[in-house]
Amino acid sequence: MKIQILGTGCPKCQKLAANAKKAVEVSGVGAEIEKVEKLPEIMEFGVMSTPALAVNGEVKAAGKVLSVDQIEDLLKEA
Amino acid sequence: MSETATEAVEGVESGVHEAPTLISCECEDVAEQAVSPDGIALWKKLVLIAGAVAAWVILYRMLTPISEWMAYGLIGLTEGSHLAEAIWFFIYEVPKVLMLLAAVVFGVGIVRTFFTPERTRAMLAGRAQGIANGLAAILGVVTPFCSCSAVPLFIGFVEAGVPLGVTLSFLISAPMVNEVALVLLFGLVGWQVAVIYLVSGLALAIAAGWLIGRLGMESEVEDWVYQVEMGEQQDTRGTLTWSERINQGMVALRDIFGRVWLYVVIGIAVGAGIHGYVPEAAMARIMGADAWWSVPAAVLIAVPMYSNAVGVIPVVEALLGKGAALGTVLGFMMSVIALSLPEGIILRKVLKPKLIAVFFGTVAVGIVATGFLFNALNLAVSVAP
Repeated sequence: MKIQILGTGCPKCQKLAANAKKAVEVSGVGAEIEKVEKLPEIMEFGVMSTPALAVNGEVKAAGKVLSVDQIEDLLKEA
Repeated sequence: MSETATEAVEGVESGVHEAPTLISCECEDVAEQAVSPDGIALWKKLVLIAGAVAAWVILYRMLTPISEWMAYGLIGLTEGSHLAEAIWFFIYEVPKVLMLLAAVVFGVGIVRTFFTPERTRAMLAGRAQGIANGLAAILGVVTPFCSCSAVPLFIGFVEAGVPLGVTLSFLISAPMVNEVALVLLFGLVGWQVAVIYLVSGLALAIAAGWLIGRLGMESEVEDWVYQVEMGEQQDTRGTLTWSERINQGMVALRDIFGRVWLYVVIGIAVGAGIHGYVPEAAMARIMGADAWWSVPAAVLIAVPMYSNAVGVIPVVEALLGKGAALGTVLGFMMSVIALSLPEGIILRKVLKPKLIAVFFGTVAVGIVATGFLFNALNLAVSVAP
């Protein structure tokens, strides 16, 4: 399972990445977390609001910082 | 990609990597947290809201007598003394403004659930200028937008065929016509000034965007913007139920209120000091309508100031109460919010220096013109307690 955090490095993006890391640890799901910080790559996902989170290539949320619980739910669904 | 395009992209990428920490994300009026569904029935929420509204109205009406009792009765200040004026001002204004803020943030939070950048983009795509500028300016007020998303949003708009001038109208009105600022103006100065601010802010966004659009400066947009291939548009939110919309309003309330309340209190404290201790009409000499240079000076002074726009307003109110001219003060306020260095840095990623200069210059001139206009109208502003 692959999680990608899309954002250019502002505090919110870092928070989302931290929450994702925590969610992966807590849930015990084996997932790789990748930070996508380059704008052209971010745009490939079709998002206009950062930070955004994608699971296995599919954008699940954009413009919001998901909480650890919310990310855990996403991990369980995938 | 061609070689030059690759170089351009890499140049931007290294630029982005160099300055991530400079990007302060100004989202003072947008909730950051996502909303989870809960099991609470809609009718229960509506009952709670009705109860809250009733309590709010009752409390609001009692603010003047309660604050007077606290300042003069409880603490025992002498009416008319400097200290009494300042403290009464503080005791009265803090709960009043915070209550207004809570109500508006909640309400606007719900309104914002009907708008997304994706929908706004779809509404503006391919429209010719003119009416589109008006639409863009209005959408700028209601679409949730953070300055750190300015670049992806800009690219998205360009890709969808939204004209440059229309995009700029959106980018001008979004940060400036800020409902938090409006509610503070309404609460501290009066509904007339709030309306004036709203209308002139929109007019400025429309006129400046349209004018720049007419200048045909599309070549002054960074080349890489046109070369980025944007993936298919994602509308991750889907349609919300009313129950979820209410939740979103609550999230917005906790989130935004939590971030902003301290600035408001500090701003009111400063305003209270001015109110109590600065003599009447002290401002008139330097910021009064007769000092014609006060408008451009105020606008210039405000440029390096990007504070939280919220905290500025109580100071604005106190200045007005001490004889500063309405146009000068409005010009100052708009300039603090709309012409900011952080925004300039962010926009530099997508706009070449010439266009940035034209953009900022046009907005600055527009603000100064607005300031002169309102000074010339010589409106007597009664500062409403």
